[in-house]
Parts: sequence; structure tokens; C-alpha cells
Amino acid sequence: MTLRPALLGMALLAGVLAPTMLYPVLLMKVLCFAIFASAFNLLLGYVGLLSFGHAAFFGGAAYVTGYLMRDAGWGPLSGVLAGTLSATVLGWCVGKLAIRRQGIYFAMITLALAQMLYFICLELPQTGGEDGLQGIPRGTLAGLDLSNDLTLYYVILGASVLVFALLHRTIHSPFGRVLTAIRENEPRAISLGYDVARYKLLAFVLSATLSGLAGALKVLVFKFATLTDAHWHMSGDVVLMTILGGMGTVPGPMVGAALIVSLEDQLADKVGSLVTVILGGVFVLCVLLFRRGIVGEMTGFWQRLLGQRNSSRI
Amino acid sequence: MTEVFGVPLLALLGQLLLGLVNGSFYALLSLGLAIIFGMLNIINFAHGAFYMMGAFAAWMLLAYFDVSYFSAMILAPVLVGTVGILMERLLLKRLHRLDPLYGLLLTFGLALILEGLFLNQFGVSGETYDVPDALGGAIDLGFMGVPKYRLWVVGVSTLVCLATWLVIEKTRLGSYLRAATENPQLTQAFGINVPLLVMLTYGFGVGLAALAGVMAAPIFQVSPLMGSNLIIVVFAVVVIGGMGSILGAILSGLALGVVEGLTKVYYPEASATVVFVIMAIVLILRPAGLFGKES
Repeated sequence: MTLRPALLGMALLAGVLAPTMLYPVLLMKVLCFAIFASAFNLLLGYVGLLSFGHAAFFGGAAYVTGYLMRDAGWGPLSGVLAGTLSATVLGWCVGKLAIRRQGIYFAMITLALAQMLYFICLELPQTGGEDGLQGIPRGTLAGLDLSNDLTLYYVILGASVLVFALLHRTIHSPFGRVLTAIRENEPRAISLGYDVARYKLLAFVLSATLSGLAGALKVLVFKFATLTDAHWHMSGDVVLMTILGGMGTVPGPMVGAALIVSLEDQLADKVGSLVTVILGGVFVLCVLLFRRGIVGEMTGFWQRLLGQRNSSRI
Repeated sequence: MTEVFGVPLLALLGQLLLGLVNGSFYALLSLGLAIIFGMLNIINFAHGAFYMMGAFAAWMLLAYFDVSYFSAMILAPVLVGTVGILMERLLLKRLHRLDPLYGLLLTFGLALILEGLFLNQFGVSGETYDVPDALGGAIDLGFMGVPKYRLWVVGVSTLVCLATWLVIEKTRLGSYLRAATENPQLTQAFGINVPLLVMLTYGFGVGLAALAGVMAAPIFQVSPLMGSNLIIVVFAVVVIGGMGSILGAILSGLALGVVEGLTKVYYPEASATVVFVIMAIVLILRPAGLFGKES
């Protein structure tokens, strides 16, 4: 356990120094998706609920933030907060409906409701149809000019650290323990007197809210909100990131997000539409060969190694 | 001219028929999803991709081998069904006994691969497939002309769905299937080859999707993305109907197609979302689905 503060410090230092070596926009994209995947992981990894509609919260918040900042003249802070709040409200509505069913029905319901939001984004007069919202200004935050990539990077890094701390705190709180209990054995959690539906809904809303924050921050980075953000491919991407990195672990989704974002970045101009094929292949491999994900498998390996050493000592 | 709620009767009837055509596709697809779910306990996300492959198989058979539409109706489902069987043997089988969510994830990955391969080969716009000559033109009913091909699609789908239902409910093979759905271990103990049944069920469900694809080819553009948009609506249909009953899957598919057609007439803006709205209402009133059993 003495390892942990050192590792955390190193990760933080790497985050602060990263833009000296890597392109800040790519790093910001990684951070946004790391928030998104971590929020998604709260639901899949700790409550055992597979949502196939998280693009709705990501994309919905992106549209709200984009619209408010470009057409209503809101600043970045109020814009991002309003976008996030819209995801909270949407998350409450979707969650309320979806938690009525379990397992694969839950996945299908969230997917269908997200597709509904996709069509709404396509057809509303405010959302720019097929083009989406382009040319959204970044604005200034407390005197800081966010049009500078490096400034924005540190703002988003700060936000990410806060989100990761919040998620870590949630997962290791009594509330988080109840969530895990529901994942492991729902009837038992019910018989212990926990109002399972309320816990599920609260976790869903929290997950949706943070997914919305990720979408809203993504608007600041790229200055646009498009249908891609709300498409079901996006929901699939976040599932893949979480599973590849390792669901049910705190660093897993971050690792997965970093890998998938850089993979897409490297491949996009080389193989064109075959990116989808490669992502699908990674999906299949993950499900067939290492269901615990990279972080999960590594932890398992590490524990086996320690276990062997301990047993040989005895 | 007769009008119904301010809409000319002929336009209404035309949209109703078009709704029935869409409903036929929903019915074929949700029927396949339901029997696969019954046997394998997974939701086949690749179903839309197989539907798309059925349409492309028909197009390729015609373009490269000059195989007619009617032969393609048999050949394409067999070919695509074989691909499905291979996938079940090589991949899905390994997930046996695991949480059904892994089956959903695996088939999602497969759907991405298949869709991406076709997208890479044929591009977004896709190909056109002409209505076969024998089914071209319209039947004159005196007050309106009805395109023959649409009647054909509705007729064939209804027949295939009913035949499937009869086989499952009334024959010996169907009783094996139902037994294996209910309790695979016990059925196996009675000497019935359950893994073979599982394989054939998956192949048959995939074949139904491919058949829908062949019939859709002359109506819609044959494009790599035609399946993925449809399959999400079919998922909503499945949630509305509940997967407990075969007949329920067929009926809710047809009914929702008609409702969608009517929405196109009276409130076109909502036609893309109406099925999802109905799903939300059903979830509030009857969470298990219209034909589902309360667990």
C-alpha cells in the first residue's frame, strides 16, 4: 500500500509534463474520454449494469453546451455546467425507465432511448442537422484565455483529477459498497433492506452526469458538437474502452481510453473505414480472451506472483 | 375524395401498406432474435449485419453470377446462415455459461467487423437492386393501384413467420427446441443433441434476417449501414413485445410497422422516434412487455 501515493504522484507528474512531449489536443481528447469511460465504469464495473446508450449523455451535453456557448453567448464555465446538468436530467429520465428491466433488456432499452435522442439531435432546428454545431468559441475562464491549447489542457487536467477523485471516493464509500453488493447478489441486497432501485438510479444519474461533463469538455477542446457524439458507435466505443482497460478497476477505463483514442488517432488516416473493423476485432478478442481487461489481468498476474512468493516462504 | 382525419384515404392506405412492409421486416428480425435468445440466451447484436449481408448476397448473386431474385431468396439465407453457424461454432460457443452480456458484446464486435468490411468494399452509398420483372407493376383495385412487390413482401413474411411458429409449437422438432430452451441439461440427458440444435437455431435465426435482407433489397438501397439503424428499432420492438412468446414477436413487429406508417401520415416529424416513445410507455405501464411473462 505504500506504493500507492508514489504511483499517484508519478501519474500526476506525467499529466503535468505530458504536453511538453505530446500534442495537447490529443491529450485533452484522451482526458475527456478517460472521464467518459470512468463514469461508464461506475455503472458497468460496480453495479453490473451494461448501458448501451451513454452516447446520449455525452452527445446531449455536447449539444447543450455548444448551443449555449455559440448561440446564447454563455461563458465556458456556465456552458459546461449547464451541459452537465442537462445530462443529469436526461440520466434521471432514462435511468428511471431502464432500471425497470435487467440484464440485456437494460442494454437494449438504453440503446433505444439513446437512438431516440440521436434522432432528436438530427431533427431539432437548433442543432444544425447533419452538420451539427460548428465554430463554438472557447471563451475565457476567470481571465484565462482558453483559446490557448496549453491553458485549456491544464484546466481540463484539473477537472479530470477532480472527477477521478470523486469517483474513487464514491466507489470506496458505503454507497459504493452497496453498489458492489447489488452487482454480486441483487436478491440478497434487497433482503438486507436496501432500496436497490434507488441505488441503481442514483448510480445511473451520477454516471450520466459525469459522461455529460466529458461531452461538454470535449466541445471546449474541438469547438464543435456533431451527431458522431450521440451516435451508437460512441456508446460502443466507451464500452470497449472500459472492457479493454479493465472494468471494475479505477485506472482501467483511463488506460482503455488512452489506448483506443491513440489507436484511432494513429489509424484514422492510414486505413480509413477499416478502423471500425479493427475496433470490432479488439472487442471480440477482449470478450473471448481477457475479460478482466489489461489492468485486471495485470493485477491478477501481480497477485499470483506475490502469492507464490508468500507460499514459498511458508 | 374520402378523407380520414384530414388525410386522403388513398395516401393513408398507401402508407399503411408501406408500414406493413416495414412491419414484416421487424417481424422477421424480432422472430429471429426471439428464437436465438430462447436457445442461446444471448441477444444477437449482429442481426442487423446479417440482414445487410442478406441484401448484399442477393445483389452479388445477381451481379456476379446472374442468379435470379427467387433463387436468391433460398440461396442468400443459406449462405448467410452458414456464416452465422460458423461464428456460433468458432466464437459464441466459447461464451456458453457466461453472463449473457458477453454474448451481446461479442456480437456487437462482430457487427462492427462485418459492417466495416462491407463499408470498406462498397462505400456508404451502396448499390441498387431492381424489383424482379414478375413482381413489377401494380395490381389495380379499381380505386387504387397497389404495387405487387409490397404485397409479395407482406405475404411471404407472414407465411414464413406463421410456418416458423407452427414448426416450433406443433411439431416434434419444435418440441425438442422448446424442451432445450426450457432445460438444456435434461433434454441432453434424454439423448437429444442439444449443441446441434443450438447451432441450427442460430443458423436459422440468421437465415431469417438474411431473408428479410433479400426482400428489402429492391425496396431500400442495398447499403452497408442498412442493418445497424434497423436493428435498434427492432430491439425496441423486442422490448415492447417481450421475448417470451414467438407469436408476440411477430405480432408486435407487424403492429409497430403499421403504427410507424400511420405516424408518417399524421405527424411525420415523429416517425423516426415513435417506436421508442411507445417503448417508454410500455415500460411504464407493463415493464415485462405486452406478451412477456412477469418474472
